[in-house]
Amino acid sequence: MQHVCALADVPVGEGLRIDSVSPPIAVFRTEDDEVLAIDDTCTHQDASLADGWLEDCWVECPLHASRFDLRTGAVDAPPAKLPVRAHAVEVRDGEVWVALSDAVPHLPPGVTYEAS
Amino acid sequence: MTDPRRVVVVGASLAGLATARALRAAGYDGDVTVIGDEPHRPYDRPPLSKGFVAGTLSVDDLSLETDDDLALDWRLGERAVALDPGTRTVTLASGTLVPGDAVVVATGSHARRLPGPPLAGVHTLRTLDDALALRSELLPGARLVLVGAGFVGAEIASTARGLGLDVTLVEAAPSPLAGPLGVEVGAMVARLHDAHGVPLLTGVPVAGLAGRDRVSGVVLTDGRVLPADVVVVGVGSVAATDWLAGSGLTIEAGGVACDAAGSTDAPGIWAVGDVAAWHDPSYAGRRRIEHWTDSLQRPARTVAALLGGPVDDPLPAPYFWSEQYGVQVQFAGRRLGDETVTIEAGAPETGDVLAVYRRGETPVAVLGMNQPRLFGRIRRQLSTPVQEFA
Ligand SMILES: Cc1cc2nc3c(=O)[nH]c(=O)nc-3n(C[C@H](O)[C@H](O)[C@H](O)COP(=O)(O)OP(=O)(O)OC[C@H]3O[C@@H](n4cnc5c(N)ncnc54)[C@H](O)[C@@H]3O)c2cc1C
Ligand code: FES
Repeated sequence: MQHVCALADVPVGEGLRIDSVSPPIAVFRTEDDEVLAIDDTCTHQDASLADGWLEDCWVECPLHASRFDLRTGAVDAPPAKLPVRAHAVEVRDGEVWVALSDAVPHLPPGVTYEAS
Repeated sequence: MTDPRRVVVVGASLAGLATARALRAAGYDGDVTVIGDEPHRPYDRPPLSKGFVAGTLSVDDLSLETDDDLALDWRLGERAVALDPGTRTVTLASGTLVPGDAVVVATGSHARRLPGPPLAGVHTLRTLDDALALRSELLPGARLVLVGAGFVGAEIASTARGLGLDVTLVEAAPSPLAGPLGVEVGAMVARLHDAHGVPLLTGVPVAGLAGRDRVSGVVLTDGRVLPADVVVVGVGSVAATDWLAGSGLTIEAGGVACDAAGSTDAPGIWAVGDVAAWHDPSYAGRRRIEHWTDSLQRPARTVAALLGGPVDDPLPAPYFWSEQYGVQVQFAGRRLGDETVTIEAGAPETGDVLAVYRRGETPVAVLGMNQPRLFGRIRRQLSTPVQEFA
């Protein structure tokens, strides 16, 4: 597991983009105070899911409204057609730790990141 | 119509496919015939003026379909030429009759053209075939003149600039984007052209095109001629209602008149997407909403009504986005034109404005440039303005 941020950096009901891993991930804190992490980049185009709208354990992409399940990374409906990766999260002593999925990320066409 | 067994959808694109998907999602297991005059399976239009013409997206990337098998009866490359609302029968150009228990009109829009005969080098952009033709002519160094500085024109300008063309925009109206955004905010968005070295001439109508076998320039009403190797005409769109001429359906605001769920004045005939002129409680009349997200999401309500169920979920505020020079422009809400506008974050100079339109204290619309997070929050707080009838 790697340390990505402090819990206090993520307000309840919001997401935080983590650029220290590549491709970047997004850490979300749901209204029930559950902390979940998925890839930050939408699989449709280059949008940051951390900027999206969080409802229950789904985030709606800020651009074209495909929704991703924060537990599994699954997408509900087009325009995005591929899932993002979900990453295992642990919160210890107010710090957020993540074990990155080893699956291949589905980056949108034209977007590349160096693997970290 | 509470128990249809055969639904005919005319128009095989975003709204037509969303209708078919919503029918299956609602558990409808009868026949669904989808008629489309383009030879292609449903594809996405917004990238045509953006990543597709830029070359970053392929034809496969444009597909709107998923792996789910919706068990649809596709009639692609077939044009509907008539509708008889009484028998709910669609006539195809081939003469084939396609009867249904319900017919959903989803024929979208056509690009509006300039009068006069076709001329090589002059394009409009609505279809994949249009985009392929345009893409082959957008060569670095070529001189491109865009007639019309609406969203599609502005996006092509930005894409072509990125490809290294010499681009000029001409707009007949004195204020670009004033219709959708208002004069002040329209000007904020349009200044992106200036910031990227693309001249925008406003208040100058086009008199005609110069050139014999191929276009050589755009002639303005003030006598100027802008030399051009390629011209794109982006002067709006016309709802594809031509084939409904003898149907007796009411055409209003240029589209097929329907209520907020898409029901037309003929029983069993529905309209969705760009072609629909929706009843909207905030306007005195009906209006078309030519936005991608609305065309995708509204058919689920139409399907609920078509299957005889309740339609009670509130209508979300109309929403569209545009992408120009790397800036994400987003707009949601219903403007009547007399709102006050305040800038709540960013600045026009830095291209990251968040502007909120209010009637009195109440936010009714919002525009964001590269402000997805704040935009998304305000978008969900918008109220529907109510038109005051004198
Ligand atoms: C270049 C471009 C860029 C755009 N960018 C954006 C954007 O950034 N954001 C946004 O919100 N919106 C955008 N839009 C608008 C968006 O694409 C439309 O709102 C959307 O396509 C409407 O979907 P529709 O299914 O109602 O109509 P359409 O997509 O127009 O589809 C209608 C289909 O019906 C077919 N048809 C028409 N007549 C007949 C007939 N008689 N018989 C059989 N078939 C017929 C047509 O050929 C077409 O395939 C853009 C549009 C274009 C053209
Ligand atoms: S970028 Fe996420 S749905 Fe389009």
